[in-house]
Amino acid sequence: MKTRYETVIGLEVHVQLTTATKIFCGCSTAFGQSPNSQTCPVCLGLPGALPVLNREVVNAAIKTGLATNCRIAPYSIFARKNYFYPDLPKGYQISQFELPICEHGWLDISGEEFDPKRVGITRIHMEEDAGKLLHGASAGSLVDLNRACTPLLEVVSEPDMRSAAEAIAYLKQLHQIVVYLGVCDGNLEEGSFRCDANVSVRPVGQVELGTRAELKNLNSFRFIKQAIDFEVERQIELIEEGGKVVQETRLFDPDAGVTRSMRGKEQAHDYRYFPDPDLLPLEVSQDWIDEVRAALPELPGQKRQRYEEDLGLPAYDAAVLAAERPVAEYFEALVAQHNHPKLCSNWVMGEVLAAVKEHDVTIASCPVTPALLAGILKRIEDNTISGKIAKTVFSAIWQSGKSADEVIAEKGLKQVSDSGALDALIDEVIAANPTEVTEYLGGKEKLMGFFVGQVMKASKGKANPGLVNKLLKERLQQKT
Amino acid sequence: MKITEKDVAYVAGLARLALSPDELTDLTGKMDAMLGYVDKLNQLNTDGIVPTAHAVPMANAFRDDQVVASIGAAAALANAPLGVEDYFQVPRVIE
Repeated sequence: MKTRYETVIGLEVHVQLTTATKIFCGCSTAFGQSPNSQTCPVCLGLPGALPVLNREVVNAAIKTGLATNCRIAPYSIFARKNYFYPDLPKGYQISQFELPICEHGWLDISGEEFDPKRVGITRIHMEEDAGKLLHGASAGSLVDLNRACTPLLEVVSEPDMRSAAEAIAYLKQLHQIVVYLGVCDGNLEEGSFRCDANVSVRPVGQVELGTRAELKNLNSFRFIKQAIDFEVERQIELIEEGGKVVQETRLFDPDAGVTRSMRGKEQAHDYRYFPDPDLLPLEVSQDWIDEVRAALPELPGQKRQRYEEDLGLPAYDAAVLAAERPVAEYFEALVAQHNHPKLCSNWVMGEVLAAVKEHDVTIASCPVTPALLAGILKRIEDNTISGKIAKTVFSAIWQSGKSADEVIAEKGLKQVSDSGALDALIDEVIAANPTEVTEYLGGKEKLMGFFVGQVMKASKGKANPGLVNKLLKERLQQKT
Repeated sequence: MKITEKDVAYVAGLARLALSPDELTDLTGKMDAMLGYVDKLNQLNTDGIVPTAHAVPMANAFRDDQVVASIGAAAALANAPLGVEDYFQVPRVIE
């Protein structure tokens, strides 16, 4: 009988924080500056320079910990992780080892491909990033230390995920949370949200974990899925052929879609962690925690629930609207001015997001503000304009910034609901299409659509379709 | 002897020290003596004493998240043995 395998995945995510300055010195963290222009004795690792902790980094860690259901440690310490590499000027990385700031958290994930489940978060700790290495055409490697000492949170999950789909669901949720909190810009390509995946397989029913490989270089959600799927298949094949998985780091090659062993340069890891004597212990009082908790924004999961339960939106709408904070804020501002959540949701998910994407602007800078859009929706609901004409009004407002009422008046888009004016159009249409009239009266009732279309066309879209329908029916009946 | 030459060679490797055979022998004896001294400390009864992370009885030294002027690339590279434009240059680390 063929052995069935179970995949086991644990994730380590490095979240780069959006603080203005580095974790232990006042150098700027701005991205894309000229090499080594944002350095000082502390982040260059010059002898005698002393690190001082950035308070905002601690705030960001507490926020993230609370948002992921962690326990915030009242007492935590920094440690030195010792290794040599040219991007690490001090010869050690300041991190947390024993006594990290957050522990024992969890996130609930769900998706179409798996049953809802809770993924444990082992710990979240604060640490400094390393510099950047360039391996260009020259004989040596080049070092830029602008990134050295920028603040990171490392979020370590339990090995609770059983498929790439679960891993992606966890990552997307964590990503949403840190972006919502404003502690991270969430840019995967620029490395602001970096994921390493520990992947192993074991025969179904086996309790102990298989040997894992650590996958790196996963800088998009798509690559993460590809890399995990490839790695699972590789490990199963290897075992089936009588081989053994070795514990190692493997790099994902996005062009080939495969993972490759990082051979050669890697040494045995022996980091000799010890408490950093340059940094005092960190004590976080309950008051501090309460203060941060009170200032937390409503998180995407809470928003989704509220949109469904209080606003009566379908789960799909709630998920789309809550996924990004600026979209949620636009939607909420709109509902505040036009209390018809489903109509608002349709317009935000449809017209607004499409236009924002087409014009490549952020929703926060959308020229059709929630107030202007509320003006359109009001005119749809009082039958001044049809839903179709409303889209024309939307485009016109996008261009001009004028109000819906101004646009409707200027362009003469007011819906014709005056039966006298419509009667004339209807008579014209009936007179111009005698064959269709005969067929309709002979029982071909679906021709009603044709007549309505003709009248709408004659009115240049401005006729009230409901009224046209009613009047046409009456008029045609008179012909029998 | 608790410490062997193999231990010393391993630690020297982590610290990127190249030791001659004579140095290795010499240092093995010295490290063993040092650890013997630490053993003496282990004789103390430390039950119920919280591990010390720092010698100073203080906590929470912070800075505000305010940008302070950096020293600039030229100063940063002033003591570097090798530089290319504004980069430090080191022996190539990957093939």
